Amino acid sequence: MAMTDRPQDEAEPRGGIWSRFIESRNGLGFLFMLPAAVFLLCFLTYPLGLGVWLGFTDTKIGRPGIFVGLENYAWLFDDPVFWLSVFNTMVYTFVASVLKFGLGLWLALLLNRHLPAKNFFRAIILLPWVVPTVLSALAFWWIFDSQFSIISWVLMKWGLIDAPINFLGDPWNARWSVIAANVWRGIPFVAISLLAGLQTIPQSLNEAAAIDGATPWQRFTKVTLPLLTPIIAVVMTFSVLFTFTDFQLIYVLTRGGPVNATHLMATLSFQRAIPGGQLGEGAAIAVAMIPFLLAAILFSFFGLQRRKWQQGGSD
Amino acid sequence: MTIDRRRLLQGSAALAASTALIGPFGAKRALAQAAAATFQPEEGATLRLLRWVPFVKGEEEAWNANTAAFTEATGVQVQIDQESWEDVRPKAAVAANVGSGPDMVMSWFDDPFQYPDKLVDVTDLCTQLGDANGGWYDGLRAYAEQDGKFIAVPLCAIGNAICYRDSHMKAAGFEEFPTDTAGFLELCKAMQAAGTPAGFPHGKAVGDGNNYAHWLLWSHGGMTVNEAGEVAINSPETLAAINYAIELYKTFIPGTESWLDINNNRAFLAGQVSLTANGVSLYYAAINDPAMAEIAADIRTTNLPIGPVGTSVELHQTSTISIFNHCKFPNAAKAYLEFMYQADRMNAWLEGASAYCCQALKGFAGNPVWTSNPIHAPYAKASESLRANGYAGPLGAASAGTMADYVLVDMFAEAVTGQRTPEDAIANAERRIARYYR
Repeated sequence: MAMTDRPQDEAEPRGGIWSRFIESRNGLGFLFMLPAAVFLLCFLTYPLGLGVWLGFTDTKIGRPGIFVGLENYAWLFDDPVFWLSVFNTMVYTFVASVLKFGLGLWLALLLNRHLPAKNFFRAIILLPWVVPTVLSALAFWWIFDSQFSIISWVLMKWGLIDAPINFLGDPWNARWSVIAANVWRGIPFVAISLLAGLQTIPQSLNEAAAIDGATPWQRFTKVTLPLLTPIIAVVMTFSVLFTFTDFQLIYVLTRGGPVNATHLMATLSFQRAIPGGQLGEGAAIAVAMIPFLLAAILFSFFGLQRRKWQQGGSD
Repeated sequence: MTIDRRRLLQGSAALAASTALIGPFGAKRALAQAAAATFQPEEGATLRLLRWVPFVKGEEEAWNANTAAFTEATGVQVQIDQESWEDVRPKAAVAANVGSGPDMVMSWFDDPFQYPDKLVDVTDLCTQLGDANGGWYDGLRAYAEQDGKFIAVPLCAIGNAICYRDSHMKAAGFEEFPTDTAGFLELCKAMQAAGTPAGFPHGKAVGDGNNYAHWLLWSHGGMTVNEAGEVAINSPETLAAINYAIELYKTFIPGTESWLDINNNRAFLAGQVSLTANGVSLYYAAINDPAMAEIAADIRTTNLPIGPVGTSVELHQTSTISIFNHCKFPNAAKAYLEFMYQADRMNAWLEGASAYCCQALKGFAGNPVWTSNPIHAPYAKASESLRANGYAGPLGAASAGTMADYVLVDMFAEAVTGQRTPEDAIANAERRIARYYR
């Protein structure tokens, strides 16, 4: 269908360079791509490039910096607060993602069954995802308050504990608390996405397996799960990325405390760069997140999308 | 926010009322001062001021009324933009860097020292204001002066003071509030034993957490850096401060490691803690709520105790006003500030702030707001007991960064929670401070 292949085009008198350009397939394609390319260059490539550059400088808020090479990274390498934030980010991302996947898949399987008021339940589980993160974080801030926690209050009323639980004051309590808040917020995304994936699996495959005598567990592991894997790969890639770069939840609940026990790389980067004025160092922390994010993406796409595994074969 | 006709009328009405209260003598003096203005605005001048979001409604109203009066007297329109207080720093820094945006900024702490060469020299204005009003308080002056040159006009200190329940202190066996750190520790022990504990934030509380940490360090003679800007945190005085903090922490209500700025207010107003440190806003939150009448009547305030250093030293919060170099009408900006610092205007503003803002000029120490309520009295001393951030070194990006990165807050929190030994906590703080002062 390419216009340039038609012989009559060649017979027509040639116009100016511009008209030839827009009439050519490549020229028109280039023009159509241009807005997207400009958008990507201005709002993605340039900020990313600037961030990487800033990481090699000692730029401070209010004054330009000079190139310092790897000095920021060398400092971070010896900075226990940075490594603590890396550890926290790993724990936070891994535990929250696994829980979100497990609970989200379970919820999706339940919602995929013929339940009464199915649509109502499908709509209502989206609520945590719909509520602005800052608002749900504020609600959790009260739930986890060291003096006024509703959880502590109920447990004390029942006589199970004597004093309020120090949710956000103890390092590990604080980590589990922020993970719980993140899981609560992230489950709907995983559940609804996986539910959409489940509905694309033909019912006939499950029925055929059932006729062949497959148990429900066998049908799930041999039919449903392999066919769902491409969706899982995409959903979990997004979920891991959202979790790894989380900021609002931590900033509202703890600001990285107690004693940096919940500082993620994103919150530490902000603290050092904006209130602290050390833009270069903050940028270096943000850039240090990129390898971890790339690794997560590569794992999802190359690990979970292996065709053999999806087709029931072994690796 | 633009000062429009409606606001101008409101402001004028407020000013008319205040003039009536001041009396005919005061009115004449105000007019005389207006006539004797040193700085004359440029023709067609307009101004934009970036300020922090007001914490006290009366303060905002008084500031706007004074601004409206300035517009009426000079014809210079002043647009006031508000930013949440943590966002003022980056916005002002960007404005200074790119050379556009607001003409003036009402900023915090040592912000002007981040971009001193982008600011108008206001030495003439500050010298004149200082001479006419008994001089500037040293602590606030330090936040505005660099190498003998004023790069900002000191505005106020936001006072921090102990707030406590009088009946609970007496029930713990104390008739008078202790004035030294040793007695204070005994009081906290007794109050904890009586089931009415104290609580100070060890979490990342920007204002309250930093106030508490700096008081702990300074009251024991510690310092982050010496006069030359060399790291000096690793000292016996710092160790003594940490050991004191550990003992004090044992008397606190559990959970203070997670406290942000609002937590101590909430816990105090709910009756969970009976002693903390805060701005005067805590008292006003109680007095403005009829349900808290009992607590409000029981609240007393006092200055934080004096430590081994022998004198009252506190961080408090401070605010200054700077004029950017890119301001097209620097004389109008100076005229505006001169107008706002006129005795009647400044007094009206201080009264409107209900003891939340403490004067930068000694001549305003006699403002009736400080004697109108005994609760206000400790806050009147804020400008006097104030010590500049980064003591004993120079102010600048390093001192600002050290505080914003919670280095001292973390040092005390690490030690009191047992995550590090006091020596390790000091070593970690030393390493982090050295990074900022490199």
